[in-house]
Amino acid sequence: MTTGSLLWRGMIVGFVAAILSFGLLKTVGEPAVDRAIAFETAMDEAKAKAEHDAAVAKGENPPAVEQEEELVSRPVQGGIGLFTGVTVYNVAFGGLFALAFAILYGRMGDYSPRASAALIAISGFIAVYVVPILKYPANPPSVGNPDTIGLRTAIYFGMLLLSLASMIAAWNVRNRLVDQLGAWDATLVGGAVYLVAVVAFALAMPPLNEVPDGFPAVVLWQFRMASLGAQAIMWTVLGLGFGVWVERVLAPVKQGRLRTA
Amino acid sequence: MTNSYLAPTVGVTAIPLREVLPWLIFAGLICLLGVYFVGAEQGATAIFKGMYIHEFVHDSRHLLGFPCH
Ligand SMILES: [Zn+2]
Repeated sequence: MTTGSLLWRGMIVGFVAAILSFGLLKTVGEPAVDRAIAFETAMDEAKAKAEHDAAVAKGENPPAVEQEEELVSRPVQGGIGLFTGVTVYNVAFGGLFALAFAILYGRMGDYSPRASAALIAISGFIAVYVVPILKYPANPPSVGNPDTIGLRTAIYFGMLLLSLASMIAAWNVRNRLVDQLGAWDATLVGGAVYLVAVVAFALAMPPLNEVPDGFPAVVLWQFRMASLGAQAIMWTVLGLGFGVWVERVLAPVKQGRLRTA
Repeated sequence: MTNSYLAPTVGVTAIPLREVLPWLIFAGLICLLGVYFVGAEQGATAIFKGMYIHEFVHDSRHLLGFPCH
């Protein structure tokens, strides 16, 4: 089994995950995006009206209304644009997942291909998505100051890399202790290492709150749940789908042996 | 009945790193580039000028958890 044949399998499984994710994001995520944009538009209009009225009251010429030019229409953003973005992301993660599997299989412990894939997926989901967004949650349009995009991008990816490094360190600790403590206790120690590390990093990283006053909490919640759901779908499909597929190819002999056992 | 689900199996052979490395570099880079275009291009940094890519993948950027506007 070569890395190349793992890679294209990972990407195909990623494509399946993309279609399922898109279904969820289209039905649950897009309504939240639309409501967030409606809020943003209402705020902008109220602000423009207030400025206009203030200028008129002072007897000055009202400021010209800025017309924002739409580069990509909303139906395109929420349709083919969303589908393209989700597909590129999921297929790319399928590839990265396969590469991680190629390195880790047989090195992370004596796990079958299916179990290795499941463990990589659960670790990846926690390290790459869950922990970074617990510190810096996913935000719908209208939440976020365009001037701070550089800082926000840096701290988001910073948190992600710290979390991923902590996960790798935790696995190393766990595997080093497994002979001494047994699988259960070694896993608990590894989990504690990860938890302590990411809590410390999360406390050390700068806080961020750019949710505007009056933004509906329900829209924020719905948006973030859709985001979480899409990621849960991706990592579940990758972990289970890729695992089952590769198990058949990598371990046919072993399966035969188990069946007769 | 043997529980084969999460139980360690004996004799798992890893793929030689020498075999993985070229794939890791080339395919890994392309995949990361894909994630970059969805997640950050024409936001904090930009390879291409303009805002078209940002606007086109805009909803997925937000919904996948990346910082945007
Ligand atoms: Zn945005």
